Amino acid sequence: MSKPNPADRKYTKEHEWAKNNGDGTITMGITDHAQELLTDIVFVELPAIGKKVKQMEQLAVVESVKSVSDVYAPASGEVLEVNKVLEDHPELVNQDAFGEGWMVKLKMDNPAELNNLMDAAGYAEMIKEEKH
Amino acid sequence: MKKTPLYDRHLAIGGKIIDFGGWAMPVQYTNVIEEHQATRMKAGLFDICHMGEIEVKGPQAFDLLQWVLSRNIEGQAVGQIKLGVITDEQGGIIDDLTVYKLDHDRYMIVTNAGTKDKDFSWITKQKEAKGFSDVQVTDISDQTGKLDIQGPLSQRILQNITAGDLAPLRYYHAMNTRVMDFQALVSRSGYTGEDGFEVYAESRKIGEIWDTLIQIGAVSGLKPAGLGARDTLRLEAGMMLYGNEMDETITPLEVVYGWVTNLEKDFVGSAALRRLKEKGLTRKLVGFEMEERGIARHGYKVFTAGREIGEVTSGTFTPTLQRAVGLAFVPISYSEPGTEIFIQIRDHLAKARVVGLPFYKREKQ
Repeated sequence: MSKPNPADRKYTKEHEWAKNNGDGTITMGITDHAQELLTDIVFVELPAIGKKVKQMEQLAVVESVKSVSDVYAPASGEVLEVNKVLEDHPELVNQDAFGEGWMVKLKMDNPAELNNLMDAAGYAEMIKEEKH
Repeated sequence: MKKTPLYDRHLAIGGKIIDFGGWAMPVQYTNVIEEHQATRMKAGLFDICHMGEIEVKGPQAFDLLQWVLSRNIEGQAVGQIKLGVITDEQGGIIDDLTVYKLDHDRYMIVTNAGTKDKDFSWITKQKEAKGFSDVQVTDISDQTGKLDIQGPLSQRILQNITAGDLAPLRYYHAMNTRVMDFQALVSRSGYTGEDGFEVYAESRKIGEIWDTLIQIGAVSGLKPAGLGARDTLRLEAGMMLYGNEMDETITPLEVVYGWVTNLEKDFVGSAALRRLKEKGLTRKLVGFEMEERGIARHGYKVFTAGREIGEVTSGTFTPTLQRAVGLAFVPISYSEPGTEIFIQIRDHLAKARVVGLPFYKREKQ
């Protein structure tokens, strides 16, 4: 069973989470549900610092033994920081997707874009529907 | 999609189902790494009912097989298995398969799942073309169930329910015996690089054998394993997969099947392959290891000095070796172990090095 989706952040339909840090930046990663679907994550490719992305453009890549999956930007902006630890410890995404497994810190172009995303309850509802 | 007799059992234990050559097969139950490690350290149980079995029987069975196979099967003893390929007239690989000699005039060939119908038609066509009237070719896939039990503890586990003594059974040899109360053919062989067995029994009995092995194997650490683990295990062991490393545009001389191709004898593709060998090969399948971060995958391009020179046929992160490895076609001049190559991974080139095969070899006891 997936861990509960924290209420302090927003969610995309592609299974990313974004936490508003309140200073014009977000921290993002993939959800616990996403890591469960991917199972054994063995590689995370992170973007270069300074890279500019639009909302829902490809931002990172996660690979399990069998699959390669794109990770999308929850909001438009510029990459400020990446979680370098994941380069040697991609399994952190499996172990703690909402915490130690964070991927990128973005400086948002337009914080209002976060309104396009789901809250925790909406995301939980979407997963439930996917299962049917 | 076609389903094996074990389909409902896969669903019941959480198997994630994918389409594999038209078959609904479990790619994994829990996760690939766990199933892979269980097979290397203890034992893994695989549903292989999707693979094809064709019986070739009669006084001309040997003549027909000797004509369709690249391998010289002269001298094959009853009970012995030979790995071989069947080629078309151009030497292109129609399939790679194992040939069981079950009796003096009776063979069983075990084909890949997606190629079985094609193989059957091809062999039948060759039989007619050569006028071999004293041999019957029969597709026995539907009535034949197959399980692979692989890993260091597989003999101990399987012996519990097998009448015959498994210990003296040699690698690539088979015996007729009883597994539980059922007539079965058991061979010491497999597709993982570990010690292990392939078990053939009637399709409608295979579920009972599966259930019993899962039940009695659990204490030894046996796990059901899906196609995901089967793929990482075979790749570590340097074994090829039809559809990835081989198809009809590729000859056995270019892949790791030169050793099963005997150009001294005449077979369907022998003339073309002799010409190719004389002219010299231009490309070769090699193993490589990534030296820079990244995992090469099927279809990624191989580069050197900014020039595209080949393509990755299989690539993964290997659970046992904890590195990214793969197989690729490269020009002969880049095929020596130690040669530096680059793999295009998305928008960048990552350094890799050609290495000898296999990547993983088990320690013999």
